[in-house]
Amino acid sequence: MELKDTILQHYREQTSDVIADVRQDALNTFNQIGFPTIKHEEWKYTNLKQSLTKPYAIQPAATLSKAAIQEVLDTLPKGIFLVFVNGIFQPELSDKNLQGAEVNSFAEKVDVVQRYFGKNLPFTDSMQSLNIAFAQQGTFIRIPKNVSIEAPLFCVFLTDTQTENVFVQPSLFILLEDGAQATIAESYHTIGTNTSFTNLFSHILLQKDAYLDAYKIQNDVVSAVQINTTQLVHESKCTSHTTTITLGGGITRNNLSISLQSEHNEAYLNGLYVTQGTMHVDNHTLVDHAMPNCYSNELYKGILNDTSSGVFNGKIWVRKDAQKTNAFQSNKNVLMSKEASVNTKPQLEIFADDVKCSHGATTGQLDEQALYYLRARGIGEESAKKLLVHAFAFDVVDKIKNSVIKEYLIEALEAKL
Amino acid sequence: MKRSMLSIKNLQARIEEKEILRGINLEVKPGEVHAIMGPNGSGKSTLASVLSGREDYEVTGGDVTFNGKDLLELSPEDRAREGIFLAFQYPVEIPGVSTINFMKTAVNEVREYRGQDPLDAVSFLKLMKEKMKLVEIDESLLKRALNEGFSGGEKKRNEIFQMAMLEPKLAILDETDSGLDIDALRIVANGVNKLKSKDNAVIVVTHYQRLLDYIVPDYVHVLYKGRIVKSGTKELALELEEKGYDWIKAEADAVV
Repeated sequence: MELKDTILQHYREQTSDVIADVRQDALNTFNQIGFPTIKHEEWKYTNLKQSLTKPYAIQPAATLSKAAIQEVLDTLPKGIFLVFVNGIFQPELSDKNLQGAEVNSFAEKVDVVQRYFGKNLPFTDSMQSLNIAFAQQGTFIRIPKNVSIEAPLFCVFLTDTQTENVFVQPSLFILLEDGAQATIAESYHTIGTNTSFTNLFSHILLQKDAYLDAYKIQNDVVSAVQINTTQLVHESKCTSHTTTITLGGGITRNNLSISLQSEHNEAYLNGLYVTQGTMHVDNHTLVDHAMPNCYSNELYKGILNDTSSGVFNGKIWVRKDAQKTNAFQSNKNVLMSKEASVNTKPQLEIFADDVKCSHGATTGQLDEQALYYLRARGIGEESAKKLLVHAFAFDVVDKIKNSVIKEYLIEALEAKL
Repeated sequence: MKRSMLSIKNLQARIEEKEILRGINLEVKPGEVHAIMGPNGSGKSTLASVLSGREDYEVTGGDVTFNGKDLLELSPEDRAREGIFLAFQYPVEIPGVSTINFMKTAVNEVREYRGQDPLDAVSFLKLMKEKMKLVEIDESLLKRALNEGFSGGEKKRNEIFQMAMLEPKLAILDETDSGLDIDALRIVANGVNKLKSKDNAVIVVTHYQRLLDYIVPDYVHVLYKGRIVKSGTKELALELEEKGYDWIKAEADAVV
């Protein structure tokens, strides 16, 4: 049976009535569009065909032992751990002291979830719709009004592929109420050698004056395929820093859309991808400036080795009402081998007339002049290259706000460079 | 008589299809200062680059030995580790690498090559402070990204600082005077003079005589069309300053 049919059958078999209307709508959308193919403009350079023709167990029940999970947690920076196994939140395996945050299933908070989840978003995509269609077991994270949480809330996604290929769809709704502040990180871990296919969707809503520092740390095994969609909505006077670091995984597609729906919002988007082997990383970002006086600044950098490939597609919309917008975007890539490739496409669509916007994309090799200069001082070719690659990655790493995560990422990066 | 430190015999080199060096002969002994002068396009900077191992140039003939070793066989980094230092005409800007970090890597790789233990942080800092004073460079500059946004004078001073840190046997200054005002020139030249000893040598590549007022050469060579067409003492530099290069060109062209 085709994966699409298997999934549709699953939908028919489930009986949950949690956010049933939203899910049914989403299913209809998915049904119409189907899985993305390279014929879809937004998926031109990321081919899921091979990954989608495999047989998968759809979100099977969790089986990982506590010890196996602890082993993964021990490698991560200190934080408040929220453990997800095969896409589903596991309260009994997670930290109990949430320092003021609240974590519930969608079913437990159906009213709030019903009101916001999956609504008023600037774009839809069939993978996002597919996730929403099965979001009945989703997780709702709430940071109440004026609560500030020091330690990072660390969502750890584990997928058990020891016996079979596994398809999982974690759904998150994260609400930072007025004046709330939090650091939220995600990391992804496949346990086993079979393929894990993760289709993650998180909808984050920042209410007035909220502050979010968010991280995606992707350092999974090559048998991991991940579609990771985040829709981050700023109501007003909010600030967000998003850092998307991809160092591992087989195929990774990150959709990050940031919607600035009222005045005086600030969004900082940082990304770094370091690829080797046959890895493929695709970062699609969208910053939607809907209202005046907002600021966005985006910097994504890529270092591509071996036969790996990368995609950057960064869209900035400045709508008619969004006067006095400041929006900046930069994507820079270094190809470390002749076989590595990257497709980069900055897109600026401006409908207001009093704005400051810029974008730029570069792709090249390490600077030969710089390499010679370093070698002429007695630095060997390999260390000289390393120094230059470090220097290239440095400004993204330098922007990381959380010192514990920064330290962790520097170490993980070090191992890849 | 002292042995040659650097011995260049009939050196020929080209870039792509263009012959630039057409048979250079030069002997440099420890303690000597040689000036290489010549009109634009004569091959001065090419000679400096070829000696430091720049790979854009293809050596098509001749030999270069440095302290008995076949220099042309060595990679740029090994030449530096053997004690050759090129002060660049256009020092490269490298964002994201501080001079301090860069120098620490360089000093320790050179030490490793020479079988010495790496310097620990304290000893490195001590060495750095000492050399900073010597070449009159400010620490704040060294903490910044290498040459990024530096003025012309700051870049050249940074070159001399690096030279002080690496203590080369042979320093090649490639048009170090270009783009410097007189004060910067004096500081740079002072730095070079303080580093001079009976055991090391300096090759000063320059278009103008004025740097040689501060770094006084033992020998002056005039390069023209890829050959040394005249050699003399520092008086030759003064003569060139006064009369220009045309008479040398005429003399050389008459011979060929």
